[in-house]
Amino acid sequence: MRYLYLAKKDLGPFVDSLMKNYKVVAPTKKENLFVFAEIENADEISLDYIPTIVPPKKYFFPQKEKLGSFNLGDVKMTETSIEMTPTVIFAAHTCDIDGMECLDHVFSTSPADPYYMRRKKSIVVIGYECMKPCDKHATCVTMDTHVPKAGYDIMITDAKDKYVIHINSTKGDEIIKGNKLFKEVDGEAKALLKELREEKKKNFNVNLTAKFRELEGIFEKSYKSKVWEDVGKRCVSCGNCTAVCPTCYCFDMYDKVDLDLTKGTRERMWDSCQLEEFAEVAGGENFREERSSRQRHRYYRKFDYPVKKFNKFFCTGCGRCTRSCVADIKLSETVNDLTKECKGE
Amino acid sequence: MESKCKCGSKTSQVAVDPLYSPMEGTIVRTKMMTENEKFFEIKLEGGKPLGHMPGQFAQFSIFGIGEAPISISSSPTKKDNSTFEICVRKAGTFTGALHKLGEGDKVGVRGPFGKPFPVDEMKGNDLIFVAGGLGIVPLRSLINFVIDRRRDFGAITVLLGCKAPKDRLFTNEIAAWEKMTDISYACTVDRADPEWKGNVGVITTLIPGVDIDINRTYAVVVGPPIMYRFVIAELLKKDLPEKQIVISLERRMKCGLGKCGHCQINGKYVCQDGPTFTYDEVKGLEEAL
Repeated sequence: MRYLYLAKKDLGPFVDSLMKNYKVVAPTKKENLFVFAEIENADEISLDYIPTIVPPKKYFFPQKEKLGSFNLGDVKMTETSIEMTPTVIFAAHTCDIDGMECLDHVFSTSPADPYYMRRKKSIVVIGYECMKPCDKHATCVTMDTHVPKAGYDIMITDAKDKYVIHINSTKGDEIIKGNKLFKEVDGEAKALLKELREEKKKNFNVNLTAKFRELEGIFEKSYKSKVWEDVGKRCVSCGNCTAVCPTCYCFDMYDKVDLDLTKGTRERMWDSCQLEEFAEVAGGENFREERSSRQRHRYYRKFDYPVKKFNKFFCTGCGRCTRSCVADIKLSETVNDLTKECKGE
Repeated sequence: MESKCKCGSKTSQVAVDPLYSPMEGTIVRTKMMTENEKFFEIKLEGGKPLGHMPGQFAQFSIFGIGEAPISISSSPTKKDNSTFEICVRKAGTFTGALHKLGEGDKVGVRGPFGKPFPVDEMKGNDLIFVAGGLGIVPLRSLINFVIDRRRDFGAITVLLGCKAPKDRLFTNEIAAWEKMTDISYACTVDRADPEWKGNVGVITTLIPGVDIDINRTYAVVVGPPIMYRFVIAELLKKDLPEKQIVISLERRMKCGLGKCGHCQINGKYVCQDGPTFTYDEVKGLEEAL
């Protein structure tokens, strides 16, 4: 654990230095929204951004991924490999880093996912701490993901006249090593960060009425709540909320056959528990036929099931599901309604 | 994905563990058991045993079509353990393609997956097997396992139910069970045909007639979702403890590895935490039955 200073003017040159050895992906502007995309120079980065349309999860677990190639008529795959470029995810927010940690729990649990594990090895995570609240949909303060905790190699925090750089891994150390842009500091950086975060706390909105520690109990009591019916009535089962969620990891598997009909690939693609056929079996029986039960499933996969399995909430508070919902279903509203009901208010 | 940056040359193809690559299975025998159900005996390369236990399943694969989870129907105690058996109902694209395969054809196999029936806990107990429709397919693995280890278990009762006499599976084998002096057997059909001389009615009607020693009996129930509720209710009426009622659940599955999410029932993944569950494990799970 080490702290360094970086002058504001030197952030660009730092990114340039990264590009010598890595593909650098960073938040960039796309119309009035933001996306993580590969950059060619540091000017393309939008440091002042609200959560990107799709989280950087896509670099660990792509929307579509080849599991292996085959020749038609064979039964074994001819090869199972992935294309990988050493990549730096630059300026990831702490909420998205928390999302990466959630994915890590899932994919590294035995049997570990070999594709994810290999990608993870080639990715460096450089975070950029939010110092101002993004919008009214974020619930990061309650989810306790608004400050850096773990899951990154390097964290950059804006300290007004300079950046405080926190090195959290040997990988991070190697990247900085020999780079003259950074100035060594000791104790004072920690004190400065503490001060900055105290100040930040005052600016951030708290959009959930429940406290972090109360959430588990609220969900334990809310399975049969009427709130799910209300949410189900509005939901149109489009699957937007799961497509943009940093911790959704369900996938479908399918075969893609080349036009010459001699070979093909078995692939996986992000899937959504919100789609009607997701839990349907061969005989036509559907175990989550109602939209209300599918929405409830989504919420329980964030606030209940993973808490029991991994002792971790799978909601990072990023607010993407709310921003992308075409039916105006708001996570904070749903959770606040459940809270209200539980507390008998 | 094309790499635009200066490091483009560093993009490399890296091999990963072939976790999703199937093993090679060769179909050595097939038999149409009904109009819609086909039996397959499959041998892995070199006659390597599948290494399953009763209640487990595998993912079967045909490239270009996809994969589907199918229960193993033979017992690991089968004399020739260089092969294993499945019985498949034609219900969709994959099973339709599988039905077209015959002796000598290859099929991909991934597995075995899932938690087996609790055979160790069941030792020393009387056993009641309740199979509805296709439920006999996974149960056959367990019933033959128990027959091969007969001394370890108490009284054995097999109760079978199906829609019509023509839908019965494994009829020769079941006729042999029926003749065994150490197995009680009863069968019922929902709708009889003119030749049918047996019971007519739903499977629950067979349960009141069974003498259950609730302190040492396990009931293993496998069938369509609707059957569980009624059969379990009958068994509970007889005061059989919840943890001595074992069921096997069917769900959509893609990976078999506890990742893809399709088979999830509340917090449980059927492919890893199941497909076999005791009733006390699932009774609180709203989405289970």
